[in-house]
Amino acid sequence: MIEEVATTAEGDLVINIGPQHPSTHGVLHLVVTLKGETIRKVEPHLGYIHRSIEKMCESLTYRQFIYVTSRMDYLSAHINNHGCAMCVEKGLQLEVPARAQVIRVLMDELTRIASHELWWGALSMDLGAFTPFFHAFRERETINDIMEETCGARLTMNYMVPGGVMYDLHPDFQRRVKEFLKLYKLKIGEYDDLITGNVIFQNRMKSVGILSKEDAISYGCSGPVARGSGVSCDIRKLYPYEVYDKVSFDEVLETNGDSFSRYLVRLREMNQSIRIVEQLIDNIPEGEFQAKTKAVLKLPKGEFYTRVETARGELGIYIVSEGGTTPYRIKFRSPGFSNLSALDHMVRGSKIGDLVATMGTLDLVIPDIDR
Amino acid sequence: MQQEALKAIIMELFPAITFEEGGEWLTMQIAPADWKPFAKILRNAKGLECDYLFCLTCIDWKTHLTMVYHLTSTIHRHSLVVKAKLDRNTPEIETVCDIWRTAEFHEREVYELFGVKFLNHPDLRRLILTDDFEGFPLRKDFEDPVNMIRL
Repeated sequence: MIEEVATTAEGDLVINIGPQHPSTHGVLHLVVTLKGETIRKVEPHLGYIHRSIEKMCESLTYRQFIYVTSRMDYLSAHINNHGCAMCVEKGLQLEVPARAQVIRVLMDELTRIASHELWWGALSMDLGAFTPFFHAFRERETINDIMEETCGARLTMNYMVPGGVMYDLHPDFQRRVKEFLKLYKLKIGEYDDLITGNVIFQNRMKSVGILSKEDAISYGCSGPVARGSGVSCDIRKLYPYEVYDKVSFDEVLETNGDSFSRYLVRLREMNQSIRIVEQLIDNIPEGEFQAKTKAVLKLPKGEFYTRVETARGELGIYIVSEGGTTPYRIKFRSPGFSNLSALDHMVRGSKIGDLVATMGTLDLVIPDIDR
Repeated sequence: MQQEALKAIIMELFPAITFEEGGEWLTMQIAPADWKPFAKILRNAKGLECDYLFCLTCIDWKTHLTMVYHLTSTIHRHSLVVKAKLDRNTPEIETVCDIWRTAEFHEREVYELFGVKFLNHPDLRRLILTDDFEGFPLRKDFEDPVNMIRL
C-alpha cells in the first residue's frame, strides 16, 4: 500500500484519494497516477469494509443469511433481500402468493426511487452544488417514513423472507404512497430545473468518462452504467421475475456512454419506477402475504442462481447446496464490483476533476463492492 | 430446446467436453488446460458469442477446487456455465481477462480468497486483503480463532 506522495520513474505524481474522502462516498481508496492534471492510471484498493459476508453466510441458515445481505448494498436493501429470498424459493420450488409478489415489487421500486434520489443529491454535491442534496432528501425521507411504518426500519429492512414478506402492509401504506406520488410529481420538474439544464453541469458531464458499448459489455457493467452506453440489460425486462412482466414500463437507454447519459438514465428511471408503483398501488390482491413454509428450510443438493435488478445493476446470488440447512458456498455477484472495474478505463487521459464526476455517475456503494 | 441447439454447436466445435445434467443453464465441465482455447470459441464462434461474463467464482470441495464461469450472450440471450476442476495444492488456470475485461478484478478476488493462480494475468495482486494476511479465507479449512464466530 502506498502511504505517501510519491513519483514514478517517469516523473508522474502518485496520490491517494481516500479511503476517507467525501467524493468516494465510503471507504474506497484510489491510487491515482497523474501527469500534471491528466490521469494516467487509477488503481482501486478495496477491503476497508470487507466483512467476508460470503464466508459468514456459510454458517448461517437459509432464513438467517438474508439479514446479512441488507448490509451489502444498503441503499437497495429490499432488492438484495428480494434476490436472496427468490434464490431460496427457487431451491424449495416455492410459489409466492400474489399479494406478496405485488408488495415485493412495490417495495423494490420505492427503494429504487429512494436510492436514485440519494445518488442525485450526492452527485450534485460532488460537483459543488449543495441545494439539490436537500431537495433529494426531502422526497427520500417520505419514502423512508413509508418503509419505517411497514417494515420497522429505514435502511436495513429485512422485510423479504422466503415465501413472501415478513408481515402485512401497514393500513396507511396505500394512502401514504399515493400522497408521495402526488408530492413527487410536483417536484420532479424541479430536478431538471435545478441541475439538468445547467450549463456548468452539462459542461462537466458531457463527453466525460466515456464508456463504449463494447467496453461496457466486456467490463461486465450492468444497470444504469451499461444502459447509459446503450446496452440493453434490465433484468426486469430480460428475465422478468414476480409481476414485472405484467406491468408496463420502459427500459431507459442512452447511447452516448458519457457521464451525462448515465445521469439521464437514472433520472428517467425514477419516472419509470413511479409508473410501476402507480399501476400496482390500487391493485394489491387480497390474500396471504406469506406462503406456508417449514420452520427449518433445507435446500436440495444442487446449484441455484438468481438475478435481480438493484438500483445499481445486476445482482446475482449463487447458492451451492449440499442438502443441509446452511449453504455450502454462496457468491454474491455485486453490480458495483464490476462497474468499478471499468473506472480506470473510463477516466484515463481525462483531468482529475473529471474523476470525481465520473465516479459520481457510477453510483458506487462501497459495502456492496467489498462485501 | 435452446439448450439442445447450443449443445450441438459446442459439440461440433469442441468435442473434448462433458455436459452436466439438471442445471438451469447448459453446464459444462472442462479440463483446465483446455479452458483458454475453449473460452475463445465461446466468445467468438457464430451462434455462441458469449460476450458477457456475469459471474466468476470458485468453490472449495475439500478434495479439489472448482472454478465456475457464468456467461451470457447479449446478442442471443442465452446463458451457460463452464466449470473447471483444479488441483487443491497447486491450483492454476489460464486467465481470461484478455477476453472478458471484467475477469481481471474477479480473478484477483479469487486469487486472494482461494489461492488460485491465474497464469498470464497482467496484475495478479491482492485486492481486498492486507498484504500480510495469511491463508485463503474462503477455503473450507480456513480457521481464524479471533474473528470467526460460529453460530
